[in-house]
Amino acid sequence: MESHLGLIDQSFDARYSSWAREALDELPDSFTVTDPCISGHPIVFASRGFLKMSGYSKDEVIGKNGRMFQGPATNRRSVMEIREAIREERTIQISLLNYRKDGTPFWMLFHMSPVFSKDDGRVVHFVAVRLPISRRPRGFGRNCNNLGEDGSRILEIVFGSCRREVCTDSVAEMGRCRTLDSFVDSDNRGLEAEELCEASDLEKRKAATAINNILSVLTHYSELTGRLVSGKRCNSSGMVPLSSSLNISLGRIKQSFVLTNPHLPDMPIVYASDAFLNLTGYARHEVLGQNCRFLSGPDTDPKTICQIKKAIQSEQACSVRILNYRKDRSSFWNLLHISPVRNATGKIAFYVGVQIEEGGKNEGGKGLSPEMRQLGAVGAVKVAVRSLWMGAGTSKT
Amino acid sequence: MMLSIKKVPTLVSNHQKEEGEESRLNGGGCGRNCLNKCCIQGANLPLYTFNRMNKKVQEKGLVDDEKEPPVAFLESLILGEWEDRMQKGLFRYDVTACETKVIPGKYGFIAQLNEGRHLKKRPTEFRVDKVLQPFDGNKFNFTKVGQEEVLFQFGASEDDETNFFPFAPIDVDDSPSVVAINVSPIEYGHVLLIPRILDCLPQRIDRESFLLALHMAAEAGNPYFRLGYNSLGAFATINHLHFQAYFLAVPFPIEKAPTRRITTTDGGVKISELSNYPVRGLVFEGGNTLIDLSNAVSESCICLQDNNIPYNALISDYGKRIFLLPQCYAEKQALGEVNPELLDTQVNPAVWEISGHMVLKRKHDYEEATEENAWRLLAEVSLSEGRFQEVMAMIFEAIACNVDANESIALSIGEKAADGNQETNATMIPGKQECLVQY
Repeated sequence: MESHLGLIDQSFDARYSSWAREALDELPDSFTVTDPCISGHPIVFASRGFLKMSGYSKDEVIGKNGRMFQGPATNRRSVMEIREAIREERTIQISLLNYRKDGTPFWMLFHMSPVFSKDDGRVVHFVAVRLPISRRPRGFGRNCNNLGEDGSRILEIVFGSCRREVCTDSVAEMGRCRTLDSFVDSDNRGLEAEELCEASDLEKRKAATAINNILSVLTHYSELTGRLVSGKRCNSSGMVPLSSSLNISLGRIKQSFVLTNPHLPDMPIVYASDAFLNLTGYARHEVLGQNCRFLSGPDTDPKTICQIKKAIQSEQACSVRILNYRKDRSSFWNLLHISPVRNATGKIAFYVGVQIEEGGKNEGGKGLSPEMRQLGAVGAVKVAVRSLWMGAGTSKT
Repeated sequence: MMLSIKKVPTLVSNHQKEEGEESRLNGGGCGRNCLNKCCIQGANLPLYTFNRMNKKVQEKGLVDDEKEPPVAFLESLILGEWEDRMQKGLFRYDVTACETKVIPGKYGFIAQLNEGRHLKKRPTEFRVDKVLQPFDGNKFNFTKVGQEEVLFQFGASEDDETNFFPFAPIDVDDSPSVVAINVSPIEYGHVLLIPRILDCLPQRIDRESFLLALHMAAEAGNPYFRLGYNSLGAFATINHLHFQAYFLAVPFPIEKAPTRRITTTDGGVKISELSNYPVRGLVFEGGNTLIDLSNAVSESCICLQDNNIPYNALISDYGKRIFLLPQCYAEKQALGEVNPELLDTQVNPAVWEISGHMVLKRKHDYEEATEENAWRLLAEVSLSEGRFQEVMAMIFEAIACNVDANESIALSIGEKAADGNQETNATMIPGKQECLVQY
């Protein structure tokens, strides 16, 4: 998976430069950095402190996703809360049971924050501090979800890391953090007694400080590369990026496909799968923002293109066989299926185009026909987009 | 006195007709390409078989938690076949064109405006006072669905492998279990899992069928693919054993509710009580193996069935968390005890509604939907605290959980803990140190 690892290194180096690694390694804290735009949402950096604590080597961790540290006694609801925080691109602080390489479990305070690109406001990384905490014996203070009575103070602490970056939107951010805080009923005692371990105030502050320090380093180094980041979303460009929630969902789909946005001028591609890039030979930045017509060439039948246009105009799905061209100008027959995709409003948000290379390798899927896999990709896209624009607390677009 | 309610059943199949019309069709050669003896000879369908050995709940890293795993084969199969039927026009409407939203509030109840789901037809009478009723071949059942509505056969492999056969004959002598579409979907990918379809089992859970459902959840590998079950008397309208399932990529309110651990069974299954949620229920998770988890739940269901207590069950989180909710709404409805305002919304609180996903047919209800009304409606569904404690005690006794029967009755007397002092009223349940119930 060479190119996968290449992507991983690029994820970090292109944005912060490789010097940032040294700076981060000087921090004593235990943390990981992940990239939601890469398929599988993998870890792209793991601190020395974390590797030491968990017993894993760098190679065993880079490229994998964070679930590898979870195990049978890890609280499922907490896992769900983390998953939702990622989807909603917000900060979360929660105790979680993790497992070392030797299989021994340990409690840690998991404090995760998104890192936003300054120029288009999308989430480029998640930083997760994993602070080991000591188990409190039962009856020692409240054994409830640690965002209980301390909720308001947590808000402060969580903001501490955000306030550094000058930006608007604190109100929105507060609203988001509050959903987590107001959620916990202070009456809930005896909650899953042996499962939840409350972090002390000191530990919580430590985690928050660590996040601040890490974000400082990342922000600083991102200035050197010019690809600025911030701990807060500041959308100066006005262009609304695809949420990491959508990126993560789409990243699960292994087929070649693109999403185009019919509401933007010239219906540009807003998402392209890795398989699409492999098929056509283009790099991602070469196709995003472009209309699909670059795939057509001298011998492409204009009638087929017409057919596609008509289907889109009438908001229908269609299947065509079209001659397409790769970046190197070699051609291939594309069994293309296009379908409108609606979001929670019920209106069309995107069109998905799934490509099958005629005569290409039809392996994988243990016998699902290419057509069925194609439709499966359409279905997976529809499910992912369906929950966009649902409202309260969920990411838009 | 027989208790019943009148409701227009939701069409789940294009071949589901009024009972009157049904009797006009005679035996052989119905011409509908159904699954009965008349049409089934020589029929074949794709077949997916799972490796039953694979799914140890203990296995670390088997499923993706913080991030999504790649789309699993089974998920791709369900979605692909479903999209195929969409394009063939088999569904009564495009559910993705129905507006849906998360209602602002603590729990994030989900509301959908769907005017087309419910038919403007004559309501049918459903008996709601008997959870177990014998199968009636004259009524609609899934052998009457057209084969085009069936997506694939689903079962355990003979070998320890996962297999897929695009064309597999249907073995009428050893009935397969199948997955079929629901032509009035609540969400994208809404399907029905029908265990041993040709055996015409009535709507009642048994060990084997529940295990099948759990395997399906695990195989699909997607935490947003959930399975649900409604018993008779808890808004199942077809007395032919089936589970429902669909995809919706948001958390369900019930999944967010805190829980209070009650006990751990010998098989390692952790049983908790839902707290701070309008409907009282149990949550099952863990287990040394999938079978342990499955049996803990199915035995609890069997206990409820045998005691004529209607219930709903939700399988979520890759099959790792199961919610069991006894309810009494239908009975209340039949006895005229439900607030007319709630009745007007025509929301029948089955498993999806109880989990927090409500389909509303009137625009007014959709626009005015709030967490308070959702909560109020669901609170009507719940058993009372006292009754729920009794039912819990019944269940624990039935599943021979390591709970002393007398202890559990003591618990049911509803001792609430004094504020802040966790030691006073704690009751030790023999067996495991962590089996501590705090009230």
